[in-house]
Amino acid sequence: MRGRNFLTGFLLAAGSAVGTVLYRRRAARRRERVQLYFGDGSMISLTEGSPEAERLLGHARKLLAAARS
Amino acid sequence: MGCVSVRDVAQTAQALADLTEISSQIQSAVAFDREGTVVASTVDDEQAGRLASIALELLKTAEEHGAAGKELAQLDVALQDGSVFVVRDGDRLIVATTTPEPTAGLVFYDLKSALRGLAEPETPKPKPRRTPAKRAAPRKKKDAGS
Repeated sequence: MRGRNFLTGFLLAAGSAVGTVLYRRRAARRRERVQLYFGDGSMISLTEGSPEAERLLGHARKLLAAARS
Repeated sequence: MGCVSVRDVAQTAQALADLTEISSQIQSAVAFDREGTVVASTVDDEQAGRLASIALELLKTAEEHGAAGKELAQLDVALQDGSVFVVRDGDRLIVATTTPEPTAGLVFYDLKSALRGLAEPETPKPKPRRTPAKRAAPRKKKDAGS
């Protein structure tokens, strides 16, 4: 009985941990972001909310709208 | 917004049409130069010019983030309803819009290949020269005695 309770608790904890990881990964993927790649191999990632990203995101939104108009 | 001229779009449009055929994620693409001159596109001339000028603005803003001496090679912007990619090869650039959550690596690869394809000048294949067939020299009969 005790063993069964432990197993149930363990499975619930493991399931919710996996669910949280998947949810966070999906949410991060859906977040708007800009990635700049330079010739020397370096990369800068800017996520929505930062003032630098907002300017670039604005241009990209305009571009996407123009492409679909 | 800068003025954009459109040149030889029809001739090289096939190169980009192939691109959208190969990659189902790419919805539209425009190849242009640093002056905003459209080289090839998958959309009509007016739209291509507009896309090229917005892409140039995007590129100029992005270049402000690089340190001195660092040249921006490519960028991607992921939005809720799609993504925007810009790839640069010298003075030539290509901008593409895609469906949401594309495979960025594949899109970059396809765009680079297309850009390289556009950069290569179309040279007519040289006709193979016909060389006169060499006549086999008549064999000398070996002396039976030697």
